[in-house]
Amino acid sequence: MMEDKLREFFNNNFKDAVIKEDKFRGDISYYLKPESIYDVCEAIQADASLDVKFLSDITSLDWLNHVEEKDGRFEVVYNLYSISSTYRFFLKVRLDGENPTVKSIVDLWDSANWMEREVFDMMGINFEGHPNLTKILTADELDGHPLRKDFPLTWEQPKFTWNLDDPPEVIK
Amino acid sequence: MSNTSKTVTLNMGPQHPSTHGVLRVILELDGETVVKAEPVLGYLHTGIEKTMESKLYYKVLPCTDRMDYLAPMSNNLGFCLAVEKLMEIDIPDKVQWVRVCLAELTRINSHLVWLGTHALDLGAMSMLLYTFRDRESIMDMYEAVGGQRMMTTYIRIGGLAMDIPKDFEKDIRNVIKVINNGLNDYETLLTNNEIFINRTKGVGVLTADEAINLSLSGPMLRGSGIKHDLRKANPYSSYEKFDFEVPVGENGDAYDRYLIRVEEIRQSIRIMEQTLDGMPEGPYRAHVPGIVMPPKEDVLYKMESMIFHFKLITEGFKAPVGSVYQGIESGKGEMGFFISGDGTNKPHRVRVRPPSFINLAALPKMCEGNMFSDVVCAIGSIDIVLGEVDR
Repeated sequence: MMEDKLREFFNNNFKDAVIKEDKFRGDISYYLKPESIYDVCEAIQADASLDVKFLSDITSLDWLNHVEEKDGRFEVVYNLYSISSTYRFFLKVRLDGENPTVKSIVDLWDSANWMEREVFDMMGINFEGHPNLTKILTADELDGHPLRKDFPLTWEQPKFTWNLDDPPEVIK
Repeated sequence: MSNTSKTVTLNMGPQHPSTHGVLRVILELDGETVVKAEPVLGYLHTGIEKTMESKLYYKVLPCTDRMDYLAPMSNNLGFCLAVEKLMEIDIPDKVQWVRVCLAELTRINSHLVWLGTHALDLGAMSMLLYTFRDRESIMDMYEAVGGQRMMTTYIRIGGLAMDIPKDFEKDIRNVIKVINNGLNDYETLLTNNEIFINRTKGVGVLTADEAINLSLSGPMLRGSGIKHDLRKANPYSSYEKFDFEVPVGENGDAYDRYLIRVEEIRQSIRIMEQTLDGMPEGPYRAHVPGIVMPPKEDVLYKMESMIFHFKLITEGFKAPVGSVYQGIESGKGEMGFFISGDGTNKPHRVRVRPPSFINLAALPKMCEGNMFSDVVCAIGSIDIVLGEVDR
């Protein structure tokens, strides 16, 4: 029932924004155009009949050198949940490998703050309009984004900053 | 406060006994009032999600124990359920019953450690001794089923590592007796204790709307008055067959969260007793050749089992392209595993939805504008494990 409601919601309001609908192992995902994600989230949160108020998670995938890369290298996954109807579905956007950027949804959900920071830190996806898009888990000195597929698994970055005459900003 | 007053910046942690690990909080104080609290994470970051991408599905499993090391069985269960959803494996009844029983045991384990450390933070030192005394019986139970006290890896993809021991029922009933006795001690010491109530009532208050907006889960969400539990909402591993209550708070403060966790221990005991009463007979692992490991007894005597065993250890199985999400209600909240397969024998991406990490994001809201001495109580009431926050 919730599935039909959701389909109707997208058909009525965001017909152009939906690229495709996908069902895998019972979970519904909507692939959206990247520029529409903020508007869709805002409308979903405001829609009283859907009653989807819970942003469960934001995560990201890197499809480098995989057949799926044709639609865009990066994928950002928004995991939304409705507490009243106990229904979970996913919004997905595909982004290019060069400077992947998507609009931040921190205005809508406070919890998106840390989730987006983690995605930025781990996958290097920029969230436009985020109030404090800085590293959250990795060390300040680390260059690169560890969960990208081209980041080597066993690679250490020696940084002997105490030897430098001019230490970098983070040490000062 | 007048405009001339100056604020003081104070660094709390990462080496601070009441941050439950290596959490660092930068506090900006105006007198004794917290103006700004900024948690700094990453001191325990080990890149577990990256490690998982480089391993076969079977070999990812031990990584999950090491995230929330106080609830190893819950993590195992979440990961196994996600892989079983991805590979469409049906699980025998007995396995599901044992899994439920052990997941509840793990919830008690997690809550006991929380109760001890939280009370210790607030000055009730003897609580830690009592809860750790009783937790020892759970550790013994882990050792009896999985051979290890902490990183059990007992729940495996498609079943269990080995059959439950002969004395399983008797041992679990002993544990229940110990915990039941202990619960009376804890409640006598804390529930009506005036010092404890003064320290926790009205501290770290979050309203229902705030809790949903911050994506809180577990006792944090229920403490704010929202009756949501994944065991009831989206039952997994046959939770729908068991009868239990979901405790809900009213005020959304630290005291309500304490009451909820204590009540959850009681409800967990109820569920465990039901699993023991109706424990079905059957195999301890699903029979799915090529995906689920054959039982060790068969590997030693049957040729096909040995071949599958060898193939699975060396090559693993290939997962289809597509992503699944499976959330479970662990002691700390919604523990979710998002697994994306890419057609090879290794996961393309394993994302852990860490309840501690997301609940911890509420800390600034709980502290700002309140007294400095309540920060410790607020951190304690979230119930964080830094191994899971930083992963």
